[in-house]
Amino acid sequence: MTGAAGTDALRTMLLIRTFEERCVELYSAAKIRGFLHLYIGEEAVAAGIMPALEPGDRVVSTYREHGHALARGVPARSVLAEMFGKVEGVCRGRGGSMHLFDVAHRFYGGNAIVGGGLPIAVGLALADRMAGRDHVTACFFGEGAIAEGEFHESLNLAALWRLPVIFCCENNLYAMGTALARSESEVNLTMKAASYEVPAWSVDGMDVDAVADAARRAVLSVRAGDGPCFLELRTYRFRAHSMYDPDLYRTREEIARWRERDPIDAYVQVLRDAGTLDDAALEALRDETRAVVDDAVAYAEAGTPEPVDEMTRFVYAEEAAP
Amino acid sequence: MSATEATARTMSYREALREAIREGMQADERVFLTGEDVGAYGGSFGVSRGLLDEFGPERIRDTPLSEAAFVGAGIGAAMGGMRPIVEVMTVNFSLLALDQIVNNAATIPHMSGGQVQIPVVVRMTTGAGRQLAAQHSHSLEGWYAHVPGLKVLAPATVADARWMLGPALADPNPVIVFEHGSLYNREGEIGDTAGPAGDITRASIRRPGRDLTFVAYGQSVWTALEAAETLASEGVEAEVLDLRVLRPLDTDAVISSVTRTHRAVIIDEMWRTGSLAAEVSALITEQAFYELDAPVGRVCTQELPIPYAGHLEQAALPNTTRVLAAAREAVGGDG
Repeated sequence: MTGAAGTDALRTMLLIRTFEERCVELYSAAKIRGFLHLYIGEEAVAAGIMPALEPGDRVVSTYREHGHALARGVPARSVLAEMFGKVEGVCRGRGGSMHLFDVAHRFYGGNAIVGGGLPIAVGLALADRMAGRDHVTACFFGEGAIAEGEFHESLNLAALWRLPVIFCCENNLYAMGTALARSESEVNLTMKAASYEVPAWSVDGMDVDAVADAARRAVLSVRAGDGPCFLELRTYRFRAHSMYDPDLYRTREEIARWRERDPIDAYVQVLRDAGTLDDAALEALRDETRAVVDDAVAYAEAGTPEPVDEMTRFVYAEEAAP
Repeated sequence: MSATEATARTMSYREALREAIREGMQADERVFLTGEDVGAYGGSFGVSRGLLDEFGPERIRDTPLSEAAFVGAGIGAAMGGMRPIVEVMTVNFSLLALDQIVNNAATIPHMSGGQVQIPVVVRMTTGAGRQLAAQHSHSLEGWYAHVPGLKVLAPATVADARWMLGPALADPNPVIVFEHGSLYNREGEIGDTAGPAGDITRASIRRPGRDLTFVAYGQSVWTALEAAETLASEGVEAEVLDLRVLRPLDTDAVISSVTRTHRAVIIDEMWRTGSLAAEVSALITEQAFYELDAPVGRVCTQELPIPYAGHLEQAALPNTTRVLAAAREAVGGDG
């Protein structure tokens, strides 16, 4: 990416990183509870994919989704207020960290059942296809989902019906604590997608330019009606699976090796080498993202809890179907 | 044909469902039918026969044997603005889609803070009685009726089969429809307007009576009516209350009937332990305890996987003999 697009991608990655580092502090301060799955290390994936989507396109995500939501443009303050369990949160505090929905941004969760979002993505794409809209649906999931039947059923169905889905597999090598080779007899993930006649390719998920290139290519093909695509985004989470995870299943050395490939540091260097970023510009971006996160924290802190007598609202729809 | 002739027609439960689907599809182009063998085969139980020719493969959409994916796709399509009717061949296979129904359809509207509606209708066959053995004979309606966020319907009559689908399609919530496998060939008369059958909130009294209330749904309604005939010849007038809607239950109808008859026997093809009958019984004891002249009776399926052999299967199910025994016990006391 060049020019403003490059700066935007860096800004997005910095926002995700700053936001989540603050989340760790807020978790320790017990402002955020429940599960908290951090995206730190994987920022280039969200920052690379989202710019390829149009406003009308749809996103289905997982429980490790703060990065997807922020990169999609869901306001940081609404995301954080949700994680604080406040009524100002995107889901009025009903979803929390793992279930961010923002229909205005065509962001459909936030699914905490591994593989559970894939059939939903197929259905959203089916709706667009049947209604004659040229939207595409980007569906994020981890490599752990490939062991689920829903992955295979969904790829087959999307391919059979030639639906506009981009299956974005974030391969961070571990399904919670289980390394890929310990859960899959065949670790070549693109082959699995190819077996359903779905065009598939692997991308360096630590390189935001590579991700953006792949995403543009995939979106072009999918939007043209050529059926679904599968992207394997090779990435790594620098932090533990969740705040409960003692991270016993991988070595410090392995984590350190991946940290050397930090997608933000790498991209800062790319932009410096291209002459489009200097120290002052970088500092300005850092200040800007810090300010966004500071604002989000203040907004979430000032938020209000939903009255308990309203907790059953929305179990059933309050309005007639359109 | 004159207007009077047009007011009542005889058709089968299967034909009534087909006509309802056809009407829904004609009325709204967002409605489509999807599931295993709904198209070329004509529906495993023949419900959708002919609809593929009528509406084409885009809207009568055959699927692979991928219950999670096609039920989930129905849920996703509903989120995307369509009005899908998903046919799951039987409740037994719906267990493969339980994740999508329970974890997604039932939770997302609430979990999203009301941003998302999921107006999907999921139809499935349920029940035993046809010697299909354990894996094709489950009655798990109560599992679904347990889950907030879902609506659960059980049309027992031809009229309900004809008229309950329309309001189910119009409903902004996920609606699960249970069609008992023994009902498809049942014939009945229907009028040319929905009337009370077009309601999906209330139970219905199928036979009024003063001495005892049978609470039932689906195929068990007919078992109850048969038992009520026999009891009538013995001078006992049993009321038959067809629940129709299993979630949310029409509690008022149950309490009102029991308050009049002072005795209740619940007939439910689920296993007794944790059955819908257990829920109805609890409601009665909570809300009409002092109206009761006898303990609430329950006739459910015996606690075993349904056996293949016909005599064993019939013995396991809530058959008329067992229903009559429970009714006589209820009225035989000092009431």
